[in-house]
Amino acid sequence: MGASDIDHQIMWNRLIAVVEEQATTLIRTAFSTSVREAGDLSAGLFDREGRMIAQAVTGTPGHVNAMAESVTHFAAQIGPQNTFDGDVFITNDPWLGTGHLHDITVVTPVFRKGAHIGYFACTAHVVDIGGRGFGPDGNEVFEEGLLIPITKFAERGQVQPLLIEMIRANVRTPDQTVGDMYSLATCNEAGDRRLQAMMDEFGIDDLQSLSDFVIETSRKATLEAISKVPSGTYHETMQVDGYDAPVHMEVTLSVDGDQLLADFAGTSGMSRFGVNCPEVYTRAYACYALKCAIAPEVPNNTGSLEPFRITAPEGCILAAKRPAPVSVRHVMGHLVPDVVLGALHKAMPDTVPAEGASALWNIQISARASDPESGLPNREVLMFNSGGTGARPGFDGLSATAFPSGVSTMSVEATEHVGPITVWRKDLREGSGGAGALRGGLGQTIEIEPREGYDFYFNAMFDRVDNPARGRNGGLAGGAGAVELADGTKLRSKGRQLVKNGQRLRLSLPGGGGYGAPEQRNRDAVAGDVAAGFITAEQAKQDYGFEG
Amino acid sequence: MSKIDIRVGVDIGGTFTDVALRHPGGLSTCKVLTNYSQPEQAILDGIVKAADQASIALGDIRQVIHGTTLVTNSLIERRGAKTAFITTEGFRDVIEMRSENRFEQYDLNLNLPKPLVPRQDRFTLNERMGPDGKVLLALDLSEVNAMVDTIKAGGFEAVAIGLMHAYANDAHEVAMGEALSKAMPNLSISLSSVISPQMRELPRFNTVIANAYVQPQVADYLGRLVARLRDTGVTAPVFMLHSGGGLISVETAAEQPVRLLESGPAGGAIFAADFARAHGLDKVLGFDMGGTTAKICLIEDGAPKTANTFEVARTYRFKKGSGMTVSTPVVEMVEIGAGGGSIASLDSMGRLQVGPRSAASEPGPACYGRGGTEPTVTDANLLLGRLDPNNFAGGAIPLQIAESEKAATKLNLSARDAAFGITELVDENMANAARVHTVENGRDIEHFTMIAFGGGAPLHACRQCEKLGIKALIIPPGAGVGSAIGFLKAPFSFEATRGLFQRLDDFDAGALNAALIEMEAEARAFVDEGAKGAETEIRLSAQMRYSGQGWEIPVVLPHKQFEDSDVSLILSAFEDAYCTLFGRIIDGLAVEITNWLLTVSTVLPDTEPVVGYKNGSDANVAQTREFFDAALRKSVAAREVERSSMTPGKAVEGPAIIVESETSTVVTSGYRAVGQGDGSLLLLAKEA
Repeated sequence: MGASDIDHQIMWNRLIAVVEEQATTLIRTAFSTSVREAGDLSAGLFDREGRMIAQAVTGTPGHVNAMAESVTHFAAQIGPQNTFDGDVFITNDPWLGTGHLHDITVVTPVFRKGAHIGYFACTAHVVDIGGRGFGPDGNEVFEEGLLIPITKFAERGQVQPLLIEMIRANVRTPDQTVGDMYSLATCNEAGDRRLQAMMDEFGIDDLQSLSDFVIETSRKATLEAISKVPSGTYHETMQVDGYDAPVHMEVTLSVDGDQLLADFAGTSGMSRFGVNCPEVYTRAYACYALKCAIAPEVPNNTGSLEPFRITAPEGCILAAKRPAPVSVRHVMGHLVPDVVLGALHKAMPDTVPAEGASALWNIQISARASDPESGLPNREVLMFNSGGTGARPGFDGLSATAFPSGVSTMSVEATEHVGPITVWRKDLREGSGGAGALRGGLGQTIEIEPREGYDFYFNAMFDRVDNPARGRNGGLAGGAGAVELADGTKLRSKGRQLVKNGQRLRLSLPGGGGYGAPEQRNRDAVAGDVAAGFITAEQAKQDYGFEG
Repeated sequence: MSKIDIRVGVDIGGTFTDVALRHPGGLSTCKVLTNYSQPEQAILDGIVKAADQASIALGDIRQVIHGTTLVTNSLIERRGAKTAFITTEGFRDVIEMRSENRFEQYDLNLNLPKPLVPRQDRFTLNERMGPDGKVLLALDLSEVNAMVDTIKAGGFEAVAIGLMHAYANDAHEVAMGEALSKAMPNLSISLSSVISPQMRELPRFNTVIANAYVQPQVADYLGRLVARLRDTGVTAPVFMLHSGGGLISVETAAEQPVRLLESGPAGGAIFAADFARAHGLDKVLGFDMGGTTAKICLIEDGAPKTANTFEVARTYRFKKGSGMTVSTPVVEMVEIGAGGGSIASLDSMGRLQVGPRSAASEPGPACYGRGGTEPTVTDANLLLGRLDPNNFAGGAIPLQIAESEKAATKLNLSARDAAFGITELVDENMANAARVHTVENGRDIEHFTMIAFGGGAPLHACRQCEKLGIKALIIPPGAGVGSAIGFLKAPFSFEATRGLFQRLDDFDAGALNAALIEMEAEARAFVDEGAKGAETEIRLSAQMRYSGQGWEIPVVLPHKQFEDSDVSLILSAFEDAYCTLFGRIIDGLAVEITNWLLTVSTVLPDTEPVVGYKNGSDANVAQTREFFDAALRKSVAAREVERSSMTPGKAVEGPAIIVESETSTVVTSGYRAVGQGDGSLLLLAKEA
């Protein structure tokens, strides 16, 4: 390393600050709840060839790698001869963007001194994109909303009026949806301003040498990390609840020196419902899991992502074909890391966690007046909730914490101001952490009742009810999820259901799996768990052989 | 001169206790080592020392103003009282579940900070308020009595009570609190509806728990302090600087110690704000760099920007989300792990990283020769010729260049390349943090003036300005004890808050006015404890958002008797604020208010305008020495000037180094420095 490398490093740091600023601009201007609360967005800088140089660290791994791929599609379809200063490109094509129609990707070419030198890109989840609305019930992507093919949102600074009119006419929230598109374009502009200032400061006019440095340094570090994984072929299967039928996930991980391939051959076919994942989204989550375990320190860019090669046979639920419905692809996507890490565990024991709740238990509540004549307004409430994560080789799992997603929950007090519901309970679910030398994280219990004058519908899309998170190395499974009324009446874990005034919905979120045999758990830790009420005295005796 | 002018400010920091004594003859300052077991001893020693210097009798001191990091340290080090938490059934784990996310996406072995009160000490009551303050489930007296027995049996020293929606109706909290205090008159009891009556259970519960946890200790310490001061002959009343940058009585501080969490840093911000006013600057970026961290704050129209929530005790590389969010008024500061002691290392890719790990004061940087072997920012500054090895801390610590060289070459670079890399990276990290902070506030950083203080800032501030495009930089005198001086410049103030949720299309002026009257009375009572009869002003702001958004923005409003027709006034103030932050407004969406904040504050006396100089005659150059100019990427011959010779109207063109016993000011080739009427240095970009 020499002095010129120091400049490259400083610029690399700066680029990461630039894309963070780009992302911050988006978070602060977006309308979509999931962008704001859950960091459901992505922002990054790409070179002229569409290679990603830097990316903001945001809430959802699902966008990370998916967006990295999308810019090459833009570059190929629009072509250099049609790329002008002031252009802004757009798409929400699930197969070319980030997996469902609600995610809008906006790409802005960067020009310097008249030459096209790269792109800023960003992605965000919008409030509404028309069609049936956000949910799994469509049977084809056509029902799920408006698909905007790769096209120009603006050409040479002029926004395309026809496109805007088309979008406005096809969505329920025209101001917010179109507003978010402007936010996306604005955030790319913010990035562009900072990049230009940096290039002024360092006296450079193109990104090529910097891009080569970042990507090659990262690739080298990633390949070195992969080569530490013992060569071989590792296989793992996992069954999850799915929507209409259980889903069998299967992955074969082949490692040969510094080459790595994860292949999902053998995985179940597509669902009739919108839980299918386009392959790009599967790749995003599989890559995220592998990167966390193998090379977590290397920043995201083409050099650090490409060495993780991931493939799924077209037509399986993890590589859905057009025109499959894909609206809630996140549920299967969030479960992908568990099966991938299971395979990696066979190559690298004592590195990866046990399985966790993994798929978020998001709940969309539609409150409706019990008496339609009462004139009480309809209200919509969205809550993000997480179960427990799997125990780690060195630590217990995290209770009620999102993994692999990075979303945050909202305040119950704030939620109760949004809609006419009372949340009577949102606390840790005692005994739900899988027993083990290291205990799985606890799930949580949530009880919700419509307030006076209201009933509510909720859209269930909950996994790990029939297939709890498995433990590792002798650790036991985490508690399975449950969906019921507080009086014990069982409800379905999938689909739209009614909770009438006076009834109380109870969601029991799954716990994470345990790691290592429970008998080997430190006795003080067992005693501590009993004292805190994380486990009962009975469980201590039964699972841990602990008499107190 | 009347006796009223004699006031003393005391700041207890991690290493030093700083004292600043304002007296008719001027300002006496001193530093003594912080005494961890008896912090009040260092205060007494310092006050006696400063009074001696000024030839002042202790009995002539009229006010003692105190700020301290002890409250924060007690939280970080978990040295608080044995505390119980009483909450609503179903919400026992709010403080343990936090926001249900991970603050670091790629660390599989991430651990979340443990809650201050463990689960077995968190108890619940079957009761519930609705969001509008209506009782959904009444509190049962027999449960209250059973809870009293539980607390009694548990041997707790402090109890925090935080019930759902208690900001909207405090009846159940009050009933529980009264029952406890009746049964145990000496028990420390904190209610969330008193400590932080705002919507959002996680920050409110955190805040009331933090308060209870530190309360017995802080009350005890402040009691000892007042008694020892009196015994020594200092009979003056003691006031505390709260995190929001105002003064409160020592009694209030003892009851609501959570308001003191950021009191030391707030003093620094007030110090900078005072210079901003004196220099007539309405847009200022305060930059404070010490041994371990750097802090950045915005100062507009002479007042530091304040916020209503902040994160304390971050556990993971100063990372956002890794601490505990509390909601209490605070001077808004961004803190990053960048200081003189920050350690440089190579990451897995062979890339240079600086901080947040720090060599602190023990063993200190390698050049201290006290056993430190890792290269730090101070070592890099020494290698680049920015520090004089024989004149560091007034010659108290002779610096050993050979040790710095040895440490720096561990980075697989020549010593000079390593040193350049280290300083440039730490400057880059700080500049990025400053840029992000201004962007987040919807401001354009190029239009700001920087005011830099703290031991490390004068070395790094000019390069920061180059990177940020800032054209003017002020280095005030006395920057080494800036917080203690700042304490002397603070108004008496108290911010009252209320959660009062209203949609504008449903605006109820009557309910608002009733709340404002209560809030003003509450805040005024606290201010009167120190400044009865003084001229006061009232600042009012509302936290507002578009319906459907998750976070509010602060909207400043006139303090008045509101009428239902004032909706348009409130809406337009919201739209102005929204537009400043986000560049546009959104038509057709409903707007709502969540919380109200009302501050009563004494009016600050006008500052004496500083005689400013933009140019001047050449200052006396002591010698020429080489230093490395980062922007030019080369060594340059710099003029070395004593700070004492930079009298008003004396100037030196960069590259230059202005030396004083505590630090050195680097003037890069692109700037020139001019001495100002108040002893400040003004650094101006040559091209500006």
